[in-house]
Parts: sequence; structure tokens; C-alpha cells
Amino acid sequence: MTPDNEKTAIEVRGLAKRFGEVQAVAGIDFEVRPGELFGFLGPNGAGKTTTVRMLTGVLEPTDGTAIIQGHDVRAEALLSRAHLGIVPEEANVYLDLSLWQNLMLMAEMHGVPRRQRVHEGERLLKALDLSDRKRHKARTLSKGLRQRLMLCTALVTGPEILFLDEPTSGLDVASARLIRQIVRHLRDQGLTVFLTTHNMDEAEEMCSRVAIINQGRIVAIDAPERLRSAMRCSQYLEVALAGDEADTAELERLPGILRLSREGTCVRLYSEQPGRLAAEVVALAKTKGLEIVHLCTRKPSLEDVFLYFTGDHAQEREQ
Amino acid sequence: MTASTELAQTWQRQAQGALVIVKKNAMLYYLKPPVLIFGVLFPVFFFLAFKMGRPIAAENIVPGMVAMALWFTASAVGPLVTPWERQAKTYERLISTPVSLQAILGGDVASGLIFGACLSVVPVGLGLALTDASIVSVVELIGGILLGALSFAALGVLLAAPPASSPSNIMLLSNLVRLPLLFVSGVFVPIDRMPGWARWIAPVSPLSYAGDMIRSGFGRPAYFPAWLSPVMLVAFTVLLFWGAQAFHRRWRAKGL
Repeated sequence: MTPDNEKTAIEVRGLAKRFGEVQAVAGIDFEVRPGELFGFLGPNGAGKTTTVRMLTGVLEPTDGTAIIQGHDVRAEALLSRAHLGIVPEEANVYLDLSLWQNLMLMAEMHGVPRRQRVHEGERLLKALDLSDRKRHKARTLSKGLRQRLMLCTALVTGPEILFLDEPTSGLDVASARLIRQIVRHLRDQGLTVFLTTHNMDEAEEMCSRVAIINQGRIVAIDAPERLRSAMRCSQYLEVALAGDEADTAELERLPGILRLSREGTCVRLYSEQPGRLAAEVVALAKTKGLEIVHLCTRKPSLEDVFLYFTGDHAQEREQ
Repeated sequence: MTASTELAQTWQRQAQGALVIVKKNAMLYYLKPPVLIFGVLFPVFFFLAFKMGRPIAAENIVPGMVAMALWFTASAVGPLVTPWERQAKTYERLISTPVSLQAILGGDVASGLIFGACLSVVPVGLGLALTDASIVSVVELIGGILLGALSFAALGVLLAAPPASSPSNIMLLSNLVRLPLLFVSGVFVPIDRMPGWARWIAPVSPLSYAGDMIRSGFGRPAYFPAWLSPVMLVAFTVLLFWGAQAFHRRWRAKGL
């Protein structure tokens, strides 16, 4: 293990995957620090799942490699997989086994000693409120409960890195909240978490850093707050005037407007200085005798950042 | 830690992983309807179809019955496990554990071996109890059953390697391979009494060698030299297992 590797839980170097003519992942590089809750975002087909499948040993990279806890996923595949716990989007538990059998099976596959796996199994079932269903077949569980069981089976192996793929997608509020709560708790205890999600609020709330992947390339990587701040051009002023259409033209002529969009009855005026623009709008309304129904400045959300890097503007930017 | 100690520990870990796979397969798949239908009912009905209304002494068909039952039972588990796990998406979970593909497939082969070898007790017991058949060479009989079950289980695992949208597709494929081989392996008619073209094909079927050893075990004349059958069964096992691994790797590289 090199000193550099000691500083990273996951180190991805030029990782690429090609399926025939399709370049699913095009040589990406990033690092995840120990104890970090790292978000991995991207639209469908961007290369998120392929990346995760390469990191977890399901797929062999076409090029490049990744180091997991100091072990190369290609050269030391078994050692690198020994450190992982995985919760896929679709809970793939053995439906005909009981909750307890599912837990013990996964712990045995990771070589967890008997005493330790029994103790951890009991503890985790209790923590995820599944103790009373211990002997039930997994088939009898709802989607939310199956996802909790998946989290148990991932954690019973004592992983150093937890991969979560859309862990709360389609879950009821209680299950989603419980899973988020536990993941935060694990992060606070120092577990490294690699979270793939479409839920921007979840990523913004939980992740210390996020990477955005689009068309197989990492297009942005930083703390959510810093990504938002860096996008000054995506700050905007939201205005609603009484009696609208004609007024849009007046608004468009105001100085410092980068672009304008209409959202229902509101108009969004994008500007690097939305505060100053607000004063201009008030002055315009006064001069023209317009009534302002709604006026507020907004910073870009992580969703705006995501759309900026992956939506229509992504191609424009590249050009 | 020396390199040899490290290697021994890795092998031990992988062997433990393979045993966990055997345990899982026994809990999940031994009693699945396709395994019971293709592994237990099939040979029973084949036997009845062959025996009923034909003037053959019952003890003469005991070795063939044992070999045929073994052929179906040992090769029934493999074609079910991987397709089922692929469909349920548990296959991805298994291959992302620190257990190697060889150990996972080894566990699947061992599952078929145990299932086939254990169930072969039934036709052997019935043959001994209900007919005049007797065991002349225990070594050849048990050797034939174990090595036969091993190679048939490896065949089952190879047949399960192609990705399929449904386990039933793989079961169909497996019967497409198993049934023709059954008829050219000297189970129903001894190889030396089969037509010339069938005698040419018989050596490419592992069932021919296992059947020969089992026949020898019951004191019937063998078609192949005594040394050849175990060697060929081991060779079939190695080749089929290697093929299964190669196919798994190939499909995985394609993301299937």
C-alpha cells in the first residue's frame, strides 16, 4: 500500500468501460476520502451503474483501474471486495430464505466468524426494526422492509465502504427516513459511504461531496455548497406581476439579465447579481405602475447544478 | 506471512465460500419443482417406458437405471441455480462478495454432485432389494457414481452459463443436450450392441463412461478399459468446469 492510497478509501484512475461500440464510462478519475459520504449523480445512462459495478467487482474495466482500501480491483479483486457492503436499488434478497438466513448467508460469504455474525445480526435487525420478523421469509416483506434487510445484509459483513444505489427510491416515508438516519449515523461513525442517487435533496442534505457524471465523463466534483456557489450565473430572481405577458418584454430589457424563463405565473430572471436586479424590478414596477405579486432571490439548488451540467446546456458548454 | 501461508489461507477462504454456496443451494433449490421434475420424475418415467412390456430381466437394467437417474439428478441443479439467481438479481450480489467465481461455480458443481450421489442411493437400493442384481465391485460402483455425478454436475453448470431471460429457457437447453446424449451412452442398449454411428458418438458423452463403471460395479462387462472411464470423467469435469468459467467471464465482460 502506498502512502497516497492510505489517504483514500476509493481512488479511481482512468476507469473506462466499453460495450461494443458504446463507451459507457470514458476514463474517469476521482477519489473518495475515508469517512466521507460521497454522492454520485447523473442522469439515466450516464455511466453511474456501470461505474459502481466496476468498483464492486461485477464488471471488469476495459481500461484504467480503481483502488479500494489500498487494493486494486483488477489485480486484487477478492481483497478489494472484502471491504465492501452493497445495497443495490432493487433489493435482491433471497425471497425463500428467512431474514435471519439472508443475514447469516451474506456474513458467511464474507467469512465473518460465527459469534460476531450472530451478535451483529441481532443488533442490526433491532436497529432497523426487523427483530420481530427475524424468522419470516423475505418474500413476506414490503419493498421498504426488504430494503432495510438489504442494508442489514450489507452491514453484517462489517464493511469499510458502503455502496448505496438509490437506497430510498420508491420507499415509504418512514423507511426512507430510517435508512437516511442510519446512513448518517454510519457516516458519523467513520464509515465511507458511496451514494448513487437521483434524489437531489437527499444528496444535498447528506453528502459532503458529490460527483456528477454525464455521458461517461465526470463533469463536476465538489461539495454541494461550493458547486452551487460556483454557479453564479444560475442565481435568479423570481418575479410574478399582476397581468403578465406584456410585462415579460419589459423585464427582459433590464440590465444584467443572463436569461429568462417562465415557470407558471412566475418569471425567473437569471443574473449574477439578483439583489441588484430586484431593485431594478421594483423601480420598473413603480415607473410602469405594475403590481408585484411575488419577488424573491434564489440561489441555484443542487438540482439546478445537476441540470446545468447534464441538461441541454451541457452540450452548449462543450461546444 | 509467507507466500505459501497466504495461498493456503486464500484456498481455505475460497473452500469455505464454496461450502456456503452448497448450503445455500441445498436450502433454496433442491426442492424446487424443476429440479424434482427433471431430476426425479424424468428418470422414473424413462425407466418405466423402457421396461414395461419388454422381456428384459430386471437385474439387467439396474445399472442403466442407476446411471440414468444419476445423469438427470446430478445435472438438474446447475441449470437452475444461475438462471434463477440472474433473474432474482442475487447473482450480482454473489459475485461482488470476496468469493471467487471459481469457488461459486465449484459450490454449484458440488451441489449437483451431492444431490445426484445421494439420490442414486434410491435406484441402487431398489435394484438390490427388488431384483437379483448384486454389487460385485464397490469401488467401481461408488467411483462411477461419484465421478459421474461430478462430471454431470459440471455439465449442468456449463449449461447454466449463458444469460437467459428466464430459467425455463436454460432448462429447455439442458434437455436439448441431455436427452440425445442419454440415447447414445449405452444406458438402454449396451454400447457394443448400438449401431456404428452411435458407437462413434458414445465416447463424447460422460454418461457412457459413468454408465460403464456402474455396469462394472454390478458385475456386467465393461465396454471401455477400466482405467479409461475414471480418466475420461475427470477430464470431462475439468473441461466442462473450465468452459463454464470462460462463458461466465465472457458474458460478464459484456455486462450480461
